[in-house]
Amino acid sequence: MTRPASLDMRSVAYAYPDGHQALFGVNLRIAHGERVALLGPNGAGKTTLVLHLNGILTAGAGSVEVGGLPVAKEHFAEVRRRVGIVFQDPDDQLFMPTVAEDVAFGPANLGLRGAELANRVDEALAAVGMGEFGDRAPHHLSFGQRRRVAVATVLAMRPEILVLDEPSSNLDPASRRELSEILRGLDVTLLMVTHDLPYALELCPRSVIIDRGVIVADGQTPEVLGDPELMARHRLELPYGFDPTLSFTRSFARRPLSPPAG
Amino acid sequence: MSAGHAHPLYLDGDSPVHRLPPEVKIVAAFAVTVAIVATPREAFWAFGAYAVLLAGVAAVAGVGAGWLAKRALIELPFVVLAVVLPLVGGGERVEWAGLSLSVDGLYGAWNIVAKGTLGVIASLLLAATTPMRDLLLGLERLRTPQVVIQIATFMLRYLVVIGDQARRMRIARLSRGHDPGFLWQAHAFAASVGSLFIRSYERGERVYLAMVSRGYTGRMPAPGGAAASPGHWAVALCVPLAASIVTVMAWLLR
Repeated sequence: MTRPASLDMRSVAYAYPDGHQALFGVNLRIAHGERVALLGPNGAGKTTLVLHLNGILTAGAGSVEVGGLPVAKEHFAEVRRRVGIVFQDPDDQLFMPTVAEDVAFGPANLGLRGAELANRVDEALAAVGMGEFGDRAPHHLSFGQRRRVAVATVLAMRPEILVLDEPSSNLDPASRRELSEILRGLDVTLLMVTHDLPYALELCPRSVIIDRGVIVADGQTPEVLGDPELMARHRLELPYGFDPTLSFTRSFARRPLSPPAG
Repeated sequence: MSAGHAHPLYLDGDSPVHRLPPEVKIVAAFAVTVAIVATPREAFWAFGAYAVLLAGVAAVAGVGAGWLAKRALIELPFVVLAVVLPLVGGGERVEWAGLSLSVDGLYGAWNIVAKGTLGVIASLLLAATTPMRDLLLGLERLRTPQVVIQIATFMLRYLVVIGDQARRMRIARLSRGHDPGFLWQAHAFAASVGSLFIRSYERGERVYLAMVSRGYTGRMPAPGGAAASPGHWAVALCVPLAASIVTVMAWLLR
């Protein structure tokens, strides 16, 4: 028996109420356990796409399935458990007075109580290395710590797919590396929306480029990033002096990384 | 407990008063205040008794008199009126230091100052021994409407975030040569306040999105932790009980 794909979007089209069309028939399939980077210039439709995954926006045409379950009103509770979205600004995500209460918010909405709930919270905080901080107030944490707690708040719901919106933004290099180590250690499907191309290369074997509401490229990250014409066409630029192929070979030599899935 | 959530009026400690469940303390502080307010103003001895009672609680809680006195200054704007009363009050008058003072006004002033001070001290004792988070928890256990609790919870969290944002905007303004001392530059300040309002509104939408993504359907999860035991209630209600006895005596001995 094969496990259903973590995400299966078919011909998803969406127009905002003001008439602006953001998605024009997006097809995207992500197998269980894959780590995929979603790249694209500002205004390409990345955020719109992400909000379709858990039914906050509903496709005008096409279908979205998460782990085999259609994203439809009657399944919203389960779909929102399966799709864990970590928003860009941790201050938007963390709204409870203490870290532990915030991490408990999601699983409590799923109906967990008492010891079971406490276990989930401990487990999720331990997974991001924040086990000691349960009683702290979010505003007493550093930005990097808040970002990690934000990841924990959705991990506590044991998602099928973890969606990260700009996970490396505003992080100092050490926090950025710590987060990548944490993310690599998680046993979960990952969809990462980012402008940080080296981060995409480091974490995601596969990359997808979206521009003007359509998927324009889908392939192995080193190949996508190594295609200067494709990149230039979609306003994507590597940092000065960064060579994706070289960097990828080096990182292979440094640590055993699972080879990119086809 | 919740050490990260101290507020300026909280005095960290581990006294028996600190350890009492918050809902018990809220009820006790409220009841004591009602008893104080209900006392006839002529019963001077009764106010002395309340002061002794509150001093006892402060001693058990390890809250110093100086600490309380400094923070009790908050009532100053409210007692200004009390100073005026003896001068402008009508009725029988007495001469004191060359001033003609109204007896009724003196009583009125005493009434405001005594009751105000004692009430403020009762609230300060509650605040000093209960972190903000626990106050909310206590109110929730006392069945305060969910909407009120949710608003207060968000305020508690986002006041800091919005305050930070306001500070950053102010620094950015100052860095571009804004001088808040000049009245004609006030409109820059007003514009900042306006944009802060819009930004906070937008943040509200983003927070809501993030909450919905985690399965929020309009109800917050019930608070955890054990509620107060009858023992806790018995201990804490001794204080308002004693205060009520004083109040009743004050009325009977009138």
